[in-house]
Amino acid sequence: MSVDEKTVRRIAHLARIAVTDDEVGPLQGELNAILAFVEQLGAVDVSGVEPMTSVTPMAMKKREDVVTEGGRAADVVANAPETEDNYFLVPKVVE
Amino acid sequence: MDPNELTLAEARDALKAKRISARELTQAHLDAMAKARVLNAYIRETPDHALKMADEADRKLATGEARPLEGIPLGIKDLFCTEGVTTTAGSKILETFVPHYESAVSANLWRDGAVMLGKLNLDEFAMGSSNETSAYGNVVSPWRRKGSDAQLVPGGSSGGSAAAVAARLCLGATATDTGGSIRQPAAFTGTVGIKPTYGRCSRWGTVAFASSLDQAGPIARTVRDCAILLGSMAGPDARDTTCVDLPVPDFEAAVSRGVNGLTIGIPKEYRVDGMPAEIQKLWDDGAAWLKAAGATIKEISLPHTSSALPAYYIVAPAEASSNLARYDGVRYGLRVSGKDIAGMYENTRAAGFGREVKRRIMIGTYVLSAGYYDAYYVRAQKIRTLIKRDFEQAYAAGVDAILTPATPSSAFGIGEKASADPVEMYLNDVFTVTVNMAGLPGIAVPAGIDGQGLPLGLQLIGRPFDEETLFAVAQVIEEAAGRTILPEPWWS
Repeated sequence: MSVDEKTVRRIAHLARIAVTDDEVGPLQGELNAILAFVEQLGAVDVSGVEPMTSVTPMAMKKREDVVTEGGRAADVVANAPETEDNYFLVPKVVE
Repeated sequence: MDPNELTLAEARDALKAKRISARELTQAHLDAMAKARVLNAYIRETPDHALKMADEADRKLATGEARPLEGIPLGIKDLFCTEGVTTTAGSKILETFVPHYESAVSANLWRDGAVMLGKLNLDEFAMGSSNETSAYGNVVSPWRRKGSDAQLVPGGSSGGSAAAVAARLCLGATATDTGGSIRQPAAFTGTVGIKPTYGRCSRWGTVAFASSLDQAGPIARTVRDCAILLGSMAGPDARDTTCVDLPVPDFEAAVSRGVNGLTIGIPKEYRVDGMPAEIQKLWDDGAAWLKAAGATIKEISLPHTSSALPAYYIVAPAEASSNLARYDGVRYGLRVSGKDIAGMYENTRAAGFGREVKRRIMIGTYVLSAGYYDAYYVRAQKIRTLIKRDFEQAYAAGVDAILTPATPSSAFGIGEKASADPVEMYLNDVFTVTVNMAGLPGIAVPAGIDGQGLPLGLQLIGRPFDEETLFAVAQVIEEAAGRTILPEPWWS
């Protein structure tokens, strides 16, 4: 499978990465080189094989449903570009 | 005694015997770092932090309360969050990010008395095999070809870690390995690096690339030094649900176990087309050394080996596209405004990510998108099951560890692999990536010097949670090959 220019623009939008017209061509070539490389996997017989879902067979650790490291709102927002009263500020989403 | 030429184990003994103070040892490394800036191994030096920690270590040493790594100066890959110290992941998008918490792995090192010298350069978000994708510039290897002053890559993504250890700018370094990012740079720089079993070290507080493949591990100058460091870095952590609740073995004690009675597998599928004769000879030498030390050498088959790298380039980008969705200009890092919120996301990520990262996010987005998920992602995860099964069958047949070359070549020059085809660079990880896909431990150990005067490494792959056997076997190779003579400091 290979991607055309329109698909490159669609993937870029899905990935929320702005691409310029100049970037689309080279990206298309690079993505197609990678897709051509992984094409060989089509020849592997995977019938009856379960996909790996856990690297190490283990039961998921669980913990009590209690607050462990709460009460640190100021730390949580400390690195945000824009905040107000421990809230993240974003451009207006709803009119 | 030149403090920069000590191994970590020797420095530990010298500190305990009071032949040197932690402050002297730390200052000697800070001085070496200041003279080695042309290598660009450190993104950020933290001398004030280092001296404060060294003074605390000297107090503990004086009162006989020394902890296992008391006063040992280390470099930290800039993928581990360090409280109050900028952590960039090699990316422009995190240029201003100052964590308010400490990664589990680095916290374990400080708990044991180690000293932080600074944050080490890396490929952006650990995506690369040459340290040429860092937003903070290339790392230059301390190694050069005989009779040439051309700049070589140190490997990647832990290129700063490997270069700093080889150039004696720290006694050891933390690193991470998603497809070979500890073992390939270790092999390129004549150092030792181990990727432990998936789940051995907590991933908490380490910037995520591909969560089912990422593991932290050390790079150091000897097998013993790696064993000492891993003993501190590893251990259970309730904050990472994939980190196992297993006690940490005495890795250092395993170093001198020897290989008598062990069976070492040689996988025939790793004998790839076009393998340089020098790599083949190195591999044969390694098998001969282990045989002479009492091991049994057995040819084995890992039939799905050639599928590992292409399957990796589906799984790793898929996980990366999901993990890196968090860099959206809202919670941390760079923000570039746009005409609406989607425009802000798109402009932020366009300006903040480099080319390789964008490429991988886009491949990952594509293989996870509607209509392609089963054909790519599910198929790759099935192939992963097959790769893991190959190893399980070899181990069930009595193999204790597997010996392979670490890399298909020695280090290459900066810019030499900058072609339009990204796959050419990806092929560097052909021998290491299987280990991540199966979640196994793997160690790279220097085993010789090629005709250009550059180091070559061998890799050992172990059973899950049996790093001890890897240390024992790697030690035999280190002794048989002789410790690599590291380059004289042309850079200072």
